[in-house]
Amino acid sequence: MADLHFLANPARFRRFSQRVTGSLAFATVLALAVGLYLALIAAPPDYQQGETVRIMFVHVPSAWLAMAGYGLLAVLSGSLLVWRHPLAALMARGAAPVGATFAAVCLITGALWGRPMWGTYWVWDARLTSMLLLFFLYLGHIALSNAYDHAERGDRAAALLALIGAINLPVIKFSVDWWNTLHQPASVMKLGGPAIHPTILVPLLWMAGALSLLFVILVLLRTETEIDRRRLEAADATA
Amino acid sequence: MTGFGALLARDVRLVLRRPGDVAVVLAFFVVATALFPLGIGPETNLLARIAPGVLWCAALFASMLSLDRLFASDYEDGSLDLLLLAPWPLELAALAKCAAHWIVTGLPLALLAPLLGLTFGLDPLALAALTATLLVGTPTLSLIGGLAAALTLGARKSGALLALLALPLCVPTLIFGAGAVEATVSGQGFGVHLAVLAALALMALATTPWAMAAALRQAGE
Repeated sequence: MADLHFLANPARFRRFSQRVTGSLAFATVLALAVGLYLALIAAPPDYQQGETVRIMFVHVPSAWLAMAGYGLLAVLSGSLLVWRHPLAALMARGAAPVGATFAAVCLITGALWGRPMWGTYWVWDARLTSMLLLFFLYLGHIALSNAYDHAERGDRAAALLALIGAINLPVIKFSVDWWNTLHQPASVMKLGGPAIHPTILVPLLWMAGALSLLFVILVLLRTETEIDRRRLEAADATA
Repeated sequence: MTGFGALLARDVRLVLRRPGDVAVVLAFFVVATALFPLGIGPETNLLARIAPGVLWCAALFASMLSLDRLFASDYEDGSLDLLLLAPWPLELAALAKCAAHWIVTGLPLALLAPLLGLTFGLDPLALAALTATLLVGTPTLSLIGGLAAALTLGARKSGALLALLALPLCVPTLIFGAGAVEATVSGQGFGVHLAVLAALALMALATTPWAMAAALRQAGE
């Protein structure tokens, strides 16, 4: 809790964030370089899927980050509504578009992967559909937080929405699974490959780490921008 | 509870004094449903196959239509401020308004749906399933929609935004509602679906009034 209070002051957060972004950026570039090398060059092509398996190294971490991003949004929203944590709103504004982008990257790479593997860009499979719905939840959150002339009202309405969305996500996921098993019991999605081999798993974890660092740094930078924007608006209002 | 009853009666009475508002929603339901055979073709088997989904989607859109006025008129004329100051819980007030919305839209939609289902060639058992699931499912739509209405109160372009917020949250209800009718058509019972729909309605009943009240307090600040 002490850390949360320490960072509650936007100016202090800004100094902290500016101090860490440099080294974080360095680490991100390094991890991305290693991860991309391992994923695109070192990893062997899959015996069933050939070279297209390399799409997975972006696709899977994006899916993880899209989901983790909504979790972060829910935590930030909770601390905004409960403690009125001043930074939480700004960080939620920073995080939502990043999470939405990762959801979009997951959907797009999934479509590009699906075309050679299943012969189609899109199937109404349970997992694809729940990721699409997650993307819609993100869009709703972004739209709602920007829908008010008074920015703080938008923050708090969007925070309520994020909490409701987080409660409903498991229900949505469950019902979409149910819906899909009703409609197509024998799914084309069953890849049925072997359990993940270390030659695949290690690059995947590197890419997951690198993209997580990218996620963190983008959120920090966007939060700084939001702080600056609020300051400008406050200066405009007083001038 | 007298406050709940009074607010419910007031809202229903307000709508009934202008029955045109309800008629427009029902007319939208009928016209939107009638467009599907025109767009897809009059083949009976195909229509019976898609009828559950079409009718449920049309009902979902129709119940979203009137929602943007749910709190807006009270917000503009100051009644909402009085509700905020009232000595009984705002949660109950929000619930009363949603109940009124259900009585004037959800209920007529559920009663009208079997007539439309008939034109799609659904058999009597499927029509019963359609009516039953709409009766159990539309309260959830009113509650989720009411939450979206409270969240978008005072926002720019609130109508489209409301649909964007509410529709993803309505997905479970849509799946189990349309799934029940489909299960009936294919010879299975719809008891399980109905039970899940009831569970969804109870969950919405237990969670949305608090969120609605919180959103209304934000709007009142």
